[in-house]
Amino acid sequence: MEYKISNRLRIGAIILMVLGALGVGYGFIDSHKSFEDVETMLSEESHHGEVSEVASVEEAHGASNVEGDHADEHKEHVEHVLHQVHNRPWAALYVAGFFFFMIALGVLAFYAIQHASQAGWSPVLFRVMEGITSYVLPGGILLLVVAFFADSHVFIWLTDGMTTEGSHNYDALVANKSGWLNKTGFFIRAIIFLAGWSAYQYFSRKYSLAQDNADINDNSNFKKNFRISAGFLVFFIYTESVMSWDWIMSVDPHWFSTLFGWYVLSGMLVCGVTVIAMISIYLKSKGLLEYVNDSHIHDLGKFMFGFSIFWTYLWFSQFMLIWYSNIPEEVTYFITRIEDYNLPFFGMVALNFIFPLLLLMNSDFKRVNWFVIMTGIVILGGHYLDIFNMIMPATVGDRWFIGIPEIGSILFFGGLFLLIVFTALGKYPLLAKGNPFVKESEHFHY
Amino acid sequence: MEASKVIHAIYTDDDVLMSAVKKVKAERHHIEEIYTPFPVHGLDKAMGLAPTRLAITAFLYGCVGLAVATVMMNFIMIEDWPQDIGGKPSFSYIENMPAFVPIMFELTVFFAAHLMVITFYLRSRMWPFKDAENPDPRTTDDHFLMEISVNNNEESLTNLLKDTGAVEINIIDKDEDAH
Repeated sequence: MEYKISNRLRIGAIILMVLGALGVGYGFIDSHKSFEDVETMLSEESHHGEVSEVASVEEAHGASNVEGDHADEHKEHVEHVLHQVHNRPWAALYVAGFFFFMIALGVLAFYAIQHASQAGWSPVLFRVMEGITSYVLPGGILLLVVAFFADSHVFIWLTDGMTTEGSHNYDALVANKSGWLNKTGFFIRAIIFLAGWSAYQYFSRKYSLAQDNADINDNSNFKKNFRISAGFLVFFIYTESVMSWDWIMSVDPHWFSTLFGWYVLSGMLVCGVTVIAMISIYLKSKGLLEYVNDSHIHDLGKFMFGFSIFWTYLWFSQFMLIWYSNIPEEVTYFITRIEDYNLPFFGMVALNFIFPLLLLMNSDFKRVNWFVIMTGIVILGGHYLDIFNMIMPATVGDRWFIGIPEIGSILFFGGLFLLIVFTALGKYPLLAKGNPFVKESEHFHY
Repeated sequence: MEASKVIHAIYTDDDVLMSAVKKVKAERHHIEEIYTPFPVHGLDKAMGLAPTRLAITAFLYGCVGLAVATVMMNFIMIEDWPQDIGGKPSFSYIENMPAFVPIMFELTVFFAAHLMVITFYLRSRMWPFKDAENPDPRTTDDHFLMEISVNNNEESLTNLLKDTGAVEINIIDKDEDAH
C-alpha cells in the first residue's frame, strides 16, 4: 500500500512550475506598458475597425465639448486601460492561486464532514483526502503573498485616496466600508482563517496516523478526530463565508450578494470531490488503493453530480434575484459579465451544469473510471472559469483573454499542487487501517 | 396439476435469506417471488431480476414536465395576457426565461415524481381496494418468505431449504387459493 511519488511525476510537476513561472514572468514584462504604449495600442485598435470605447467617446464628445475636456477624458480613459493592462498578470496569478487553494480547502471541509458524520463508506479514501489537504497551508500562504503584493491591482479598494475625502479617487461607498475593508484587517482575518484551517488539517492528520498505530481497543484518537472535526466545521462555515467576501466579493466593493459564501463553498466542494475521485482513480491505475472499489467511485460520482446541481442552484438563485429586481448597484455586476464576458459566463454554466447533469445522470456511468475523469476535467475547467468570472471583470474589465499570463499561472500553481499533494501521499500508508470503520469501508458495495 | 405446487420457505433474518437465495440460485431452482417486510439491499441482484426501467421513465416524464411548463408559461405570460412586471415588458419568452425557471424546475420534478409513482403502482398491479397478494401476513411484520415452484422435487427442495436456515417450510397447492 505504500506510494512514493515517481521521479517522472516530480520532474513533470517541476517542469510545469518552471514553464508556469516563465509564463507569469512574461506576463509581467508584457504588461509593463507606459501611457504612450497604451495610447498607440488604443488608436491602433480603433483603426483596425474594432469600435473601442475611446473611439465612441471621442465621437460623442468631439463636436460639442471644448478641447480641454476632451483631452482630460481621453487621458482618463487611457489611464484606466493602462491600469487594466497592469492588473492582468496579478489577477491571473490570483485566480489560479485561489482555484488550487479552493480545491484543497473543499477537500478539507469534505474530510471533516466524513469524520463528523462518522461515515462508513469513505475511510479507505481518507489518506487521499489527507494528501490533498496538505496543500492548504502552502497554497494559502502563497495566495496571501500574491494578494499582499497585488494590492490595488486586484483589490480596487486599496487604491490610494479612495477613502480620503477630497481626493480625486474618493469613493463614498468604499469609505463607508473601510472599517472592514482595509489592508490590516484583511490580513489579520486571513491569517486567523488560514491558521484555523491549517491547525485542523495538522491535528486531524496527526490523530488519523496515531489511530493506525494504536491498540485495537483504543479509539481515543478516532474520538478526538470526531470532536475536532465537528468544531472545525462550525469554525469553517463562518470563516469560509467571511473569506469569500474578503478574498473575492471585495474585488467589486460596491456589489454584494448575501448567498455568496454558499456559492463559493459549493464550487469548492465540487472541485474537491472531483479531485479526490481523479487522484483515487490515478492511484488505482497504479495498482494501489486495492480496497477502493467501483462503489466508492460511484459515490464520489454522485457527490460530483449532486454538488454540481447545488452549485447551479446557488448560481441561478443569485442571478435571478438580481436580474429581476434590477437595482442598478447590484445588476451592473451581471451586465458587465453578460456584455464583456458572454462566452466564459454562459459557457461556464454549460460546463458546470449541463455537462455533469447529462454525463453523470446515468447510474452506470458513475462507476466507469474514464467517464468520471472526463467529467472531472470539464468540471475543473468550468470552475476555473467561474473564479475567472469572479475576479477578472473587476480588475481587467473587457481587456481579458486566456493567454500566456493565465495559462502560465495555472501551470505554476498546478505543478505546485501536484508536487505537494503527491509528495504528501507518499509519506504514509494509503490505508487508514486503524479507523474503526475501515472494515465497513472495505466491504462497501452499492 | 403438479406444476402449480409451490414451496413457501420462511426466514426470520435478512442475512440468512440472502445467503439462502444465493444457495437456491446456485442449485438452479427458480425462485418465483420473495416477500419481505422491508426492502432488502441487493436482493434483486441475488435473485437475478432484470434492472428496473423506472429511472428511464422518470427521465422521460421530467422532459414532459419541462415541456408542459414552457408551453404553459409561454401561453399565460407572453401570448394570452402579457404584463409589465418589474419593468420587463419584453413579450419574449427567451428574454423573460429566468423568471420561469423555477416553474420549469418545479413542474419537471412534479411530473417525474407523480408519474413515476403511478407507473410503479400500475406496473406492480396495485390499486385502491385491491386484496393483498402476500401469502402470509407475517411477511408484513418480521418474517421473510421465499416462494419456489415445485417440479416433482419436493423432497430435495425441502432438504435444501432446511439447510439454508428456513424456520418453516410449507408446500402449497396454488390452485386452491388461486386469485
